[in-house]
Amino acid sequence: MTNETNSKTASVDEVLDKGEYKYGFTTLIEADTLPKGLNEDVIRAISLKKKEPQFMLDFRLKAYRKWLTMKEPAWPNVRYPKIDFQDISYYSAPKPKKKLESLDEVDPELLRTFEKLGIPLDEQKRLSNVAVDAVFDSVSVATTHKKKLMEVGIIFCPISEALQEYPELVEEYLGTVVPIGDNYYAALNSAVFTDGSFVYIPPDTISPMELSTYFRINTEETGQFERTLIICAENSYVSYLEGCTAPQFDTNQLHAAVVELVTLDNAEIKYSTVQNWYAGDPETGKGGIYNFVTKRGKCAGDNSKISWTQVETGSAITWKYPSCILQGDNTQGEFYSVALTNGHMQADTGTKMIHIGKNTKSSIISKGISADHSSNSYRGLVKVNKGATNARNYTQCDSMLVGDQCSAHTFPYIETANNSVQLEHEASTSKISEEQLFYFEQRGISRENAITAVINGFCKEVFKQLPMEFAVEAQKLLTLKLENSVG
Amino acid sequence: MSLLEIKDLHAGFEGTDIVKGVSLTVNAGEVHAIMGPNGSGKSTLAKVLAGHPSYVVSKGSITYNGNDLLEMDAEERALAGVFLGFQYPVEIPGVNNAEFLRMAYNAKLVKQGEEEVDPLDFDGILDEKMKLVGMDRKYKDRFLNEGFSGGEKKKNEILQMAVLGPKLSVLDETDSGLDIDALKVVAQGVNKLNNKDNALILITHYQRLLNYIEPDFVHVFSGGTIIKSGGKELAHELEAQGYDWVTAPAK
Repeated sequence: MTNETNSKTASVDEVLDKGEYKYGFTTLIEADTLPKGLNEDVIRAISLKKKEPQFMLDFRLKAYRKWLTMKEPAWPNVRYPKIDFQDISYYSAPKPKKKLESLDEVDPELLRTFEKLGIPLDEQKRLSNVAVDAVFDSVSVATTHKKKLMEVGIIFCPISEALQEYPELVEEYLGTVVPIGDNYYAALNSAVFTDGSFVYIPPDTISPMELSTYFRINTEETGQFERTLIICAENSYVSYLEGCTAPQFDTNQLHAAVVELVTLDNAEIKYSTVQNWYAGDPETGKGGIYNFVTKRGKCAGDNSKISWTQVETGSAITWKYPSCILQGDNTQGEFYSVALTNGHMQADTGTKMIHIGKNTKSSIISKGISADHSSNSYRGLVKVNKGATNARNYTQCDSMLVGDQCSAHTFPYIETANNSVQLEHEASTSKISEEQLFYFEQRGISRENAITAVINGFCKEVFKQLPMEFAVEAQKLLTLKLENSVG
Repeated sequence: MSLLEIKDLHAGFEGTDIVKGVSLTVNAGEVHAIMGPNGSGKSTLAKVLAGHPSYVVSKGSITYNGNDLLEMDAEERALAGVFLGFQYPVEIPGVNNAEFLRMAYNAKLVKQGEEEVDPLDFDGILDEKMKLVGMDRKYKDRFLNEGFSGGEKKKNEILQMAVLGPKLSVLDETDSGLDIDALKVVAQGVNKLNNKDNALILITHYQRLLNYIEPDFVHVFSGGTIIKSGGKELAHELEAQGYDWVTAPAK
């Protein structure tokens, strides 16, 4: 089904065989936006433009050479037309979003969505890039936060900045969790990423606030190949929020991000995502974003913990498996996921829990909701290595179907090389039925509130992992998405 | 003005009428019992009154409180005081019973232009109503109907009726699945809720419920219509002689 996508690598080779790029290298450096296409010159140009240290260029080139030998994965349960990797421009100078004078200039459809989500007025302005008054100016908010974080020694900045300011930290950890050749998209990302977030929490530090991409990406368009690296040193804790519930329109169809997390002894990272990218035309699925993300955390130190929480409600195709490598002894990995698909969306998402250390624990709670003509797959691997004595895993995989044109699939994989492990797996499939909604309505409860109640009930265990405000917005978001799908 | 006036109602699923020409007038303060063999159209009538979207009315009219009931959707009917006690209450996993009841209660308050109650205040209201229908408090925190026994599901229906205080209650086979002790408790609860301002339509296959809730009128349903109406003594005759006694002459 996705086999046709594999043939693309041939044309990449062809381009390489030509030996030289048709635009001169100097022109490349001067250009604000690189012409479409990918080769070593393009990568050198990116690195040079960003004034990167030598190790970074070597990293990129190595990744690119690896990528050339790889094939697009064909195993995910998704279908899409071939991606022409030579038809993408891999660098453009960060463009500020168009500043608007007032909310009157914002797309009314977007405003209605904001209203339904209950996003406060000032926040609406910020999200749609309307100039806000001094008190709520996001830039000043970001600056205040940054100052507060610096006081306790926390580094939170764009990764391009970290490469200038803290190259030794980046070099030590970049690619240690997701190796450059990990998979096709991770290799591509490693070769061409232009920005993303960098977080370093020093030892014995509890982050005084939740770190959020809100603070970082505010005036610029979201990058196509984002790279995030978070390091939480000994005895430290950080909670990181990515994305927001507001719909994100973007001209880039392919998004291939990489996120790497590292915890040292007794450290904990909690990473929460709400993703609501454009899913394409609800009737045809055309134009939606392909979200091919590699997210992985390594519990490198003993007694450390990494927890992923995701609410995935957008993108035409989602291919994403936030995973944990439980390397230290007594480490813990968690994965809480709500994935909603409607229209013609396709999601193949889940997690990998790799148990290496002794007494490692992992839990997986996955809630898939499929509506309309969408397809929703859970794919999860629990792997227990030989030395991982007393490893434990609990997996719960629930699917909910809305309507009868959609599908839900579950692909659990278990590999264990140790007989002292305890694994539990539970799975269920349910439906929101017309009878249930009628029951609510017969008691005077609106259809909208009924759907909210049923969905919240279904997703309760995941929502409670999210920070309070985020959870409320996420609940509303799901209702909004499903309103037209039930009945 | 009558609370409910059904005139020559024909209704069923697309293309197939199950209710075929029912006329019935119900006044506030009255208790009507609708009896009849299985498949005679009793439950269809109940679903049609509540506005179930799968049922289609092909002919006739229903006036409720002076309004055209058929013009209202299920939610509007409920908010106007129409309550259906389901024969088979659906299970709704993940939704807390008390929270569901509070949602329904608040929807009614909002409709009446009053303020919603918070969970704490509602808890007090709920305790009182649970006592009225003899329901264990542990059912508050259970998921709605999930894993309830048949009897508890029925009690939960009456609990909802008690909380919402409807004008017109249609109880569809509320007695089935109840043992005799539970039946008495439920009947007592229903009796306490009856007053001169509301009305009750009891749909039942058996006469035994009517020993505890005394009807003013008894209607015998067969083949989708009311074939005989009378006072409460009709129920006793049916019990003694069976439905054949009334249905036979109709054939």
